[in-house]
Amino acid sequence: MTKLLASGSEFVAPGVKDFFLPPIFGSVTKPMVLLVLSILIIGAFFIAATRNLKVVPGKFQFAAESVYDFGRNNIAREQIGAKDFKPFIPLILTIFTFVLVNNLFGLIPIIQFPTMSHIGFPLAVSLLVVYPVYHFVGFKRHGFVGYLKHQTVPPGAPWFVLPLLIPIEFFQKFILNPLTLAIRVFAAMFAGHLLLLVFTLAGEFLLLNGGLTVIVAPVSFAFAIALTFLEALIMCLQAYIFALLSASYIGMALAEEH
Amino acid sequence: MDTLILAAEGPVNPVIPHTSEIILGLVAFLLLLFVIKKFVSPRFEALYAERTAKIEGGIEKAEQAQAEAQRTLEQYKEQLAEARAEAARIRDDARAEGLQIVEELREQAQAESARIVAQGQHQLDAQRAQIVAELRADLGRTAVELASKVVGESLEDDSRRRGTVDRFLNELDAVAAPASK
Repeated sequence: MTKLLASGSEFVAPGVKDFFLPPIFGSVTKPMVLLVLSILIIGAFFIAATRNLKVVPGKFQFAAESVYDFGRNNIAREQIGAKDFKPFIPLILTIFTFVLVNNLFGLIPIIQFPTMSHIGFPLAVSLLVVYPVYHFVGFKRHGFVGYLKHQTVPPGAPWFVLPLLIPIEFFQKFILNPLTLAIRVFAAMFAGHLLLLVFTLAGEFLLLNGGLTVIVAPVSFAFAIALTFLEALIMCLQAYIFALLSASYIGMALAEEH
Repeated sequence: MDTLILAAEGPVNPVIPHTSEIILGLVAFLLLLFVIKKFVSPRFEALYAERTAKIEGGIEKAEQAQAEAQRTLEQYKEQLAEARAEAARIRDDARAEGLQIVEELREQAQAESARIVAQGQHQLDAQRAQIVAELRADLGRTAVELASKVVGESLEDDSRRRGTVDRFLNELDAVAAPASK
């Protein structure tokens, strides 16, 4: 990133190229390392927390339980329903923590890169995990034709709008949902990181390369800090939304009626 | 691989996913899912089940203890009532017994007093008879002495004297008897 400034006194705005840095070694890139790091962190956290569970929890166990309960009760049970949610708890919890930690990497000093700003990662989860899971349980629950009807024909719709409604519903349920799920978090992380880059680099540029513009530099840094807090909120929110919508799709696929 | 070359070469489209990233993302996610499904979730669920059981068990135990306490209290009350009844019964018995004892003592005392009175009466009668007999002998002798002095005639002759005195006393008795009747 410092290279941008070394090119002269002309400010070069950060762009897409800053998201695709050269590989660290071989063909291994920074987001790949971060991704592996994230599953190590989450796995170690939960394994350490659950090694010696007590009925009356200690501080560490309480923290782990809070995370688990959030995924279990607030997301899975709310969206899927108390009858069916049990088998999906691990999936929802994994989605939530996986996305959350990878998002939060964008804020941690030195790391400072939200893994989910590479669309490949969220897409892997949404298109290759969530999408097959919710359609699979739907087909299993309602049968092939029953499930197609269940997903594409909203009950109570008058017959003459069905020719219009069925293709729209089909398009949404079978093509759009997994894509929007991935794009939502990807776009939020991409844009957020870009914003932080703009304000941070601009501040740096103003500080190093200007005469009087030096006095404006703190404003730019202040904005970068303010945006960092906003980003923290968005990162948590996006992880929550990703898990919530996944659970919601599963819940809708399993629901008896809409 | 070709995407990586693209990335190294220059501008790339961020919306086009990299195959390697999709594969790595999937593998990493599934690995984490496996760990959580295999080790984390079951432990938490077991803990929750245990916690629920403990709480329910605790409630049940408390209810049992309460029932036990209630039973003990009732038993105690029953015993107390029994003891009270017993005490009342004993008191009544004692009172009746006391009355009986008093009655017996009174009867005894009365019998004793009657006996003493009778004995006294008896002694009095005996003494009286003795005195009467003595007086009779004395009176006879005195009367004879008096009469012999008055008459001047000796009444030495025993048989005569006895006859005279007896006659006199019989007369006296005949006179006194109707008077005492």
